[in-house]
Amino acid sequence: MMAFFDTDVGIVILTILKSLALIVPLLIGVAYLTYAERKVMGAIQLRKGPNVVGPFGLAQPFADALKMMFKETIIPAGSDRILFIMAPMITFGLAVIAWAVIPVNDGWAIANINVGILYLLAISSLGVYGIIIAGWSSNSKYAFLGALRSAAQMVSYEVSMGFVIVTVLICVGSLNLNDIVMAQRHIWFAIPLFPMFVIFFISGLAETNRAPFDLAEGETEIVAGFFVEYSAMSFALFFLGEYANMILISATTTILFLGGWLSPIPFAPFTWVPGVVWFLIKLFACLFTFIWVRATFPRYRYDQLMALGWKVFLPISLGYLVLVAGVLEVFGWLPNA
Amino acid sequence: MRLDRTARGLLMMELVSGMALTLRTFFQPKATLNYPYEKNPISPRFKGEHALRRYPNGEERCIACKLCEAVCPAQAITIEAEPRADGSRRTTRYDIDMTKCIYCGLCEEACPVDAIVEGPNFEFATETREELMYNKTKLLENGDRWEPELAKRLELDAPYR
Repeated sequence: MMAFFDTDVGIVILTILKSLALIVPLLIGVAYLTYAERKVMGAIQLRKGPNVVGPFGLAQPFADALKMMFKETIIPAGSDRILFIMAPMITFGLAVIAWAVIPVNDGWAIANINVGILYLLAISSLGVYGIIIAGWSSNSKYAFLGALRSAAQMVSYEVSMGFVIVTVLICVGSLNLNDIVMAQRHIWFAIPLFPMFVIFFISGLAETNRAPFDLAEGETEIVAGFFVEYSAMSFALFFLGEYANMILISATTTILFLGGWLSPIPFAPFTWVPGVVWFLIKLFACLFTFIWVRATFPRYRYDQLMALGWKVFLPISLGYLVLVAGVLEVFGWLPNA
Repeated sequence: MRLDRTARGLLMMELVSGMALTLRTFFQPKATLNYPYEKNPISPRFKGEHALRRYPNGEERCIACKLCEAVCPAQAITIEAEPRADGSRRTTRYDIDMTKCIYCGLCEEACPVDAIVEGPNFEFATETREELMYNKTKLLENGDRWEPELAKRLELDAPYR
């Protein structure tokens, strides 16, 4: 049997099985993230959240999915049909393929490539295309404004996010996600690089268009932003994509700063717990914070958003990068040096 | 001052205290009423669905004085009347357009015989508009259905009238 998985066909089949093993739990996770968001926001606002469908409302995501599937997909007459239908697929597809390099345990990645972090950066930059195409092809002013806002915002925050990643990389000396996690055996990067950790997390909020940076949607100003014209499954794909991106950013934060699958307490009873469990615990903590932030802060004004990105995050991350590089160089702690 | 503000901004003091507040409310007991299963108590003055009441002997109270029709600010009530075979004056038609009604309760106040009242029921949503055009039969049915509560309600509110 093992020999079969070394043949060409075997490798393809094995990869498909691995992908399924990742995507199916991911999609269920996305479904339950929407449920968790409603529950957590409800609790913060002293409400109960969904509690009618199934025990504790646990069947709610499936009820929502069914509703979405039975709705009619409306394509506006003035829209570019092909792009209009492609846009949600691009968004969702990109949100899913980025997962190929995420290691959920030691070596448990579908593709353990040496430029893992670059791949992640590239895929998350491509994500903006789905949004721009959606806004453009809808041929509607709200959608277009939303897409413009979203594009400007994602480009701005990617810059400081890039510097944060570079800071981590000079501490690790490798672009491989597995190596990045293993470099945190002794201390999580969240501790020495705390300001970077905060900047990365906040940029992550902006990158996924989450509150308080959800200007791309801006219900009160531009109705729903780039997906005003979408309905039924194409809308659901955007929705899934957004939540999958949230999980992806949380996973990236976990890997870069919170020690991935490593146990936070490095001795016996805790190291017996499988790495996946630690990874999931950290992931949930990040996701909870995402929702918690959304329930706490009001939306930024657009100029404030840009000022924060360019005038605060960029100088701080650049300065900290230089500082970290200097410290590593002076004390001779540079890896691979 | 400026430096102080910048330092506070960079340390995100306000943001952290805001998050601490929302985390505290996260663990507080919920204010939600589990609606279809739990309901709030309602005042005896609650103005809900209309009903036409009867006397204990089964005779309908309404004497077709049309005061409710006259006072209704939304003109939701339509009454037609003629003397009955036994000589008493009764309505032949008593319609309320529930889509026009503004639930002000003036009909109830105008009524000299406590015939038309607004009951405690507020769950009378329908699937069609037509079902909200109440006629005399429907209103009398409501009266029979809610009579115990209607009587109780009038009794509790009587001292204040």
